[in-house]
Amino acid sequence: MSTSKRVIIEPVTRVEGHGRVSILLDENNNVTQARLHIVEFRGFERFIQGRAYWEVPVLVQRLCGICPVSHHLGAAKAMDKIVGADKLTPTAEKMRRLMHYGQMFQSHALHFFHLCSPDLLFGFDADPMIRNVIGVARKYPDLAVQGVMMRKYGQEIIKATAGKKIHGTGAIPGGINKNLSIEERDVFLKDINQMMEWSRGALKIAKDYTVANLEKLKPFGSFDSNHLSLIRSDGAMDLYHGNLRAITSDGKKIFDQVDYSKYLDYIVEEVKSWSYMKFPFIKSIGPEKGWYRVGPLARVNTCDFIDTPEAEAARKEFMAVTNGKPNNITMAYHWARMIEILHSIEKINELLHDKDLQGTDLVVKGQKRYEGVGLIEAPRGTLFHHYKINENDQITMANLIVSTTNNNEPMNFAVRKVAQDHLSGVPKITEGLLNHIEVAIRAYDPCLSCATHAMGKMPLKVTLYDYQGNEIDSKTKD
Amino acid sequence: MAKKILLIGFGNPANGDDALGPAIAEIFEQKNIPGLTVDCDYQLTVEDSSNAAENDIVIFADASLNCNEPFNFEPVKAKESGSFSSHSVEPCEVMALAEKLFNSKAKGFILAVRGYDFEQLKEGISEKAKSNLEKAAGFLEKLLKNENFENIKVISCS
Repeated sequence: MSTSKRVIIEPVTRVEGHGRVSILLDENNNVTQARLHIVEFRGFERFIQGRAYWEVPVLVQRLCGICPVSHHLGAAKAMDKIVGADKLTPTAEKMRRLMHYGQMFQSHALHFFHLCSPDLLFGFDADPMIRNVIGVARKYPDLAVQGVMMRKYGQEIIKATAGKKIHGTGAIPGGINKNLSIEERDVFLKDINQMMEWSRGALKIAKDYTVANLEKLKPFGSFDSNHLSLIRSDGAMDLYHGNLRAITSDGKKIFDQVDYSKYLDYIVEEVKSWSYMKFPFIKSIGPEKGWYRVGPLARVNTCDFIDTPEAEAARKEFMAVTNGKPNNITMAYHWARMIEILHSIEKINELLHDKDLQGTDLVVKGQKRYEGVGLIEAPRGTLFHHYKINENDQITMANLIVSTTNNNEPMNFAVRKVAQDHLSGVPKITEGLLNHIEVAIRAYDPCLSCATHAMGKMPLKVTLYDYQGNEIDSKTKD
Repeated sequence: MAKKILLIGFGNPANGDDALGPAIAEIFEQKNIPGLTVDCDYQLTVEDSSNAAENDIVIFADASLNCNEPFNFEPVKAKESGSFSSHSVEPCEVMALAEKLFNSKAKGFILAVRGYDFEQLKEGISEKAKSNLEKAAGFLEKLLKNENFENIKVISCS
């Protein structure tokens, strides 16, 4: 018979889905279990069945208002396989890369300045009424303006490459439907140095904060884990394309340079009775220990090097903190994210100086196939798109593993660790506990909109249960 | 001289009547009204504050589950609020950021069009909401032509 109590944290509004945390206590008020429940809506895979394959790169953007570009490109990459386009033209690939780096840049800027910087600048325990973007705007107006303008710069790149912000059509099966005009290029070149400078500044804030608070951050919501990401054939970080690499918490390779179209031979999605969200794990290790982290922390850990000079120098500094071994500190996600923002703007700069962007050879086609897999490193981590079609070009099967689903088990671990460290012995949800859970989840920059396939806000509700399953406390953060 | 007006229609066209905001944007994008800039997105985000600050008037067009039929038009005041982990912001937050970061003097308004069916992954606006959309668009067109945004409290038309 269970001798545990249970505590919960829950939210709901128009759309982004629920972030609900339940915590179970034993008779001595020690935490025995803590779970993050995300109500995943799996209707999209069914919704898309019967649609023509060429519609998919546009349709999938309806999954999420936060990272539509990642879905657009993930689906387009899968459809490249369907139309037999194994190698895109230089213009098509570089335009897609520009779109992707623009997405990475704006998404990381939004997360850092809007969601994470209040925690870093005011401290985890600061009043939530101050610890928000308006608080940053009031006390650090220059920083807040930088965040807004960086986000806007990335969004404008998306608009120039995808056609528009909502339902972009840039990437099509086998290529792209437009190039970048000289006029468009020059608009971006005008501000590139400013964007580079601000990116360096944001990286410095994240690095200095992490280094200065290392001892406090080391145990915070942290744990050893495997890491997974795409990797280029020479081991470089590649956010747009590559093969799969997975490593253990101390850096041993579990698999390397795996063709991602064979992902089902390596990754399994486990279903758990208490969650609508699936729990992916590495098949060869099993569900118990085979789960892994994705996203900026995983990518910086898995790669051998970064092929842009400033981001590579930053990566070396990052790795030095853990003597070259993978970094398993949850809060180090923020530092890794800012290394990627610098890498993204360096890549954008490189691409803007590449004449291939003005090329006119935009699409290739080959022998038609009936199945296609497309993977991409979305801002929050590895994103899987897998489709099958019939002879009438209609989708018959779709399987998506979104970044936040890949990070499902790690987020649960982070919540459990924080609950154990900050709640044990006290059968009450304090403001401090709520703040700490919030900070730990936020490090992963979860896109619940994406994971739940809905859009809008993501409030947080924590509920505490006693050992008999009775709710004894509950607190919500809108 | 014509006022500089920004119209932002937002919502998810894949969620039934949540398409009302983008539908308003689509209607006015084709009208080429002098001084009017039209934008459309799934949701509002921080950079909308910078765009807002470049205008005299900002109109946020959105679907509403509970406003009066067929629509409401009312001023939106800058208001600060904290959110846990949402990547989107509310119209009042856009106006607050515009004021704080860009010294904006823009006046904000919300055009809330009543919707009924917000089912996920449902394409198309319901018939009842379409009728509301038509009335809201007609109202907005007149307002944009007259440019009389003074003394507006709450307009709820039938």
